[in-house]
Amino acid sequence: MENQPYNQAIVRSFVNWSIVWGLVAVLVGVIVSLQMVEPDLNFPPYFTFGRLRPVHTNAGIYGWGVGMIFATFLYMVQRLCKVPLWSDKLAKFQLWFFNATIIASAVTLLLGYTTSKEYHEMEWPIDVMVVILWVVFSINIIMTILKRKDEQMYISLWYMLAAIIAVAILYIVNAAAVPVSLFKSYSAYAGTNDANVQWWFGHNAVAMVLTAPFLAMFYYFLPKSTGVPIYSHRMSIIAFWSLIFMYLWTGAHHLLWTPVPDWIQTLAMGFSIMLIAPSWGSVFNGYLSMNGQWHQMRENYLVKFLILGITFYGLQTLQGPMQAIRSFSAFIHYTDWVPAHIHMGTMGWVSMIAFASIYYLVPRIYGRELYSIPLANLHFWLILVGQLIWSISLWIAGVLQAGMWNAMNPDGSLTYTFMETMVEMYPYWWARSFGGMIYMTGLIVFIYNLWMTAKKGGSIAAQTTVETTTVEGRA
Amino acid sequence: MWERKPVLLIVLATVAILIGTIITMVLPFAWVNTEADRIESVTPYTALQQEGRDIYIREGCNNCHTQTVRPLVPEVLRYGDYSKSGEFVYDRPFLWGSKRTGPDLARLGGKYPDAWHYKHMESPRSMVPKTNMPAYGWITKNQLDPQMIQRKMDVLGFPYTTDEIKALGDKNEMDAMVAYLQKLGSDIPWRAAATTEIVGELINPFTGVDHDTMEPWEDLYKENCAACHGDHMEGVIGPKLVGADYYDEILFQIIYTGIADGGMPSFSNLGTDKVWKLVNFIRYYGQGEGH
Ligand code: HEC
Ligand code: HEC
Ligand code: HEM
Ligand code: HEM
Repeated sequence: MENQPYNQAIVRSFVNWSIVWGLVAVLVGVIVSLQMVEPDLNFPPYFTFGRLRPVHTNAGIYGWGVGMIFATFLYMVQRLCKVPLWSDKLAKFQLWFFNATIIASAVTLLLGYTTSKEYHEMEWPIDVMVVILWVVFSINIIMTILKRKDEQMYISLWYMLAAIIAVAILYIVNAAAVPVSLFKSYSAYAGTNDANVQWWFGHNAVAMVLTAPFLAMFYYFLPKSTGVPIYSHRMSIIAFWSLIFMYLWTGAHHLLWTPVPDWIQTLAMGFSIMLIAPSWGSVFNGYLSMNGQWHQMRENYLVKFLILGITFYGLQTLQGPMQAIRSFSAFIHYTDWVPAHIHMGTMGWVSMIAFASIYYLVPRIYGRELYSIPLANLHFWLILVGQLIWSISLWIAGVLQAGMWNAMNPDGSLTYTFMETMVEMYPYWWARSFGGMIYMTGLIVFIYNLWMTAKKGGSIAAQTTVETTTVEGRA
Repeated sequence: MWERKPVLLIVLATVAILIGTIITMVLPFAWVNTEADRIESVTPYTALQQEGRDIYIREGCNNCHTQTVRPLVPEVLRYGDYSKSGEFVYDRPFLWGSKRTGPDLARLGGKYPDAWHYKHMESPRSMVPKTNMPAYGWITKNQLDPQMIQRKMDVLGFPYTTDEIKALGDKNEMDAMVAYLQKLGSDIPWRAAATTEIVGELINPFTGVDHDTMEPWEDLYKENCAACHGDHMEGVIGPKLVGADYYDEILFQIIYTGIADGGMPSFSNLGTDKVWKLVNFIRYYGQGEGH
């Protein structure tokens, strides 16, 4: 393989900064979880639950999630196209602008400048920054693809392109607003329309930020780590097209039983159930690629992260469609069940894949083998156990809560007052905080391991050619 | 074929994405917030209420509170009439929320007297000891900015008078918040319609129970009534109950259906059994027999 000047430095910077924002997200997550059990931990005006929770969610999704998307896409695009980045300058600008945007978001959210729309809380000046950031990123990726050496585009590139286009459309449409001042605007849509647009955006943020790009990583890093190609090319084609087609119909499953017209809800319900097929298409493709390789689960810590990650994705995409059924939604919507679903996705699927990608990248971007594999294994177990405690305790809490909200006496009155149901949540919320702290410990172990790797790191350039042959499957 | 042509892939992917988008997101604009949706009695927010709404958004109350009641029996019993599309036509943005850490607020307007809200916002735990709602007393110190609010009203196209804007000068953020909370869900006259008719004869099932039986009922009083009537029925936001000399049936009626315009909430959702217990508890202690 020829020794091309791939831009590794930018990948390393994005990895480092994503980890910083990931740590912030998790730390603030632990803080808001403690505020839910101990309200004296609210410090007005800036550090109350209502203002910190969006800092947590956005740091998680945009700082950690999108940061890792930037890191891995910029890496994968160079490898899969066998050419260096179209523009290193643009990538460098993107890095600094990304951090500026995340910092501006966190600061303005703490100051109370918010639109209140979930995962789109940032006010309009930040929306402008996000759009610039995304355009810069898209241009670099698309231009690199256009001048590629390998004509055939690998699966990961399809997901990357689809996500890039979809996020642009989703974000801009949901951002439409009339500004009153620099930090206050009113949505361009009102009431029920606003709700429908928001959840069309919201669910597809899940699809195009927390799903498609992480599938791109999975399809790339799994064969790279195991040394065996993806099981079926045809299956990945079908899964890809049906996934990006179906996701856009499902937003209203967040709005079941609300005043949104019934037929939209019914379509959302139907398409959510159909989504099981393409989602599990990728899960099976992953599992079947492991045929004859399962021993690697024991020997290769990378594979452990990837397979656990795709397993959580599989569970997530069974649970999600279930929640999209009207009768089930009537029961668990608004309860603590839903955060359990979310965190299996974010702490399980998204983060596991991100960690695996970073571990794979370590020798390439730090120019040195990982400092300690036992620490990587410890990291694995801590985040797995932490996440399971988090989700399982809140699934139980959610079912309990839903049961109490719905309980009725023989005379047709309600059995429990709201507060009687709420106080029952406290033990589970404590357990959640505890699980979160274990998870955070795992994250700190991970950071320590990388820190030690980087500190002892040699020259980076020397390492870039140790790449093995490409193993992308071509059925 | 498309696997070798990135531009084609982008075009095809955009088409795939737009089909679902157009049908489930663009098309509904033809049905929603149209004349058919309109409800005559639903009015835009006043300047004070709109400002309260913006503070609600600023403080992220929507992270704990939803604002939409679903047409499900337990939910309507707990919160009130289910929400209708036409009630939200002036809401920019919508505030339906996705998580009920606290109760739904869609039908809050008129449930409590203003005084209750001032006290509860200032210190939720003094009213509801085990709540996890943060205290918001500090917003009382922030005066409103009439000019800014006028600008907001202009952008929203809501009607206002200059006197209304001038009057904002001596109000603070807490006044705005309470004004907003009292408007929630009260544009349609659902409360009157929802008042439960008590049918049949009211017979006290607990006549003649003794002190020991009644003691545990104190918790019912503490949890539901003490915030307004005081720990010892001495009266706070609501009148003192010591010496309230009503027949059992009348007491039952007051507690069960509430006093709609007087700020006494309905407690029908406690169920008849608990309400009867409260009747007896109040009769017994309120008349000084127990103390
Ligand atoms: C951490 C979650 C949380 C936040 C944030 C929060 N609340 Fe609450 N709220 C609760 C809980 C729990 C209750 C039920 C117990 C009580 O009355 O305090 C409640 C009750 C209420 C009630 C009484 C509802 C009723 O029907 O009895 C009102 C009104 C209210 N909150 C308004 C607000 C406003 C306004 C804000 C924002 C400034 C806010 N809340 C922020 C959790 C929260
Ligand atoms: C939000 C505050 C609030 C709560 C909570 C509340 N009340 Fe009241 N209550 C009032 C107010 C205000 C009045 C006066 C209404 C009027 O006369 O117009 C009142 C009136 C009454 C009266 C009639 C008193 C009289 O002298 O006319 C009774 C009896 C009563 N409440 C019982 C209860 C009981 C029992 C509970 C608990 C289940 C309760 N209240 C909870 C505010 C409250
Ligand atoms: C230690 C780890 C974490 C802890 C303790 C934690 C804690 C919390 C808490 C307490 C909430 C509020 C739940 C509620 O309102 O009931 C929340 C919400 C949320 N968190 Fe986390 N979190 C963690 C990790 C993450 C990560 C890594 C991500 C994203 C990549 C994430 C994404 C979210 C999202 C999207 C929500 C919004 C939920 C909703 O809208 O209902 N979290 N988290
Ligand atoms: C087929 C796939 C999926 C379907 C059909 C689905 C369905 C749902 C439904 C119905 C809800 C709303 C629950 C409620 O409020 O009642 C929900 C919430 C959520 N899901 Fe999924 N889910 C899927 C996969 C995923 C994945 C892979 C993630 C990745 C992290 C994820 C993250 C979330 C988040 C963040 C929310 C919270 C939204 C909010 O703030 O309310 N979901 N999902």
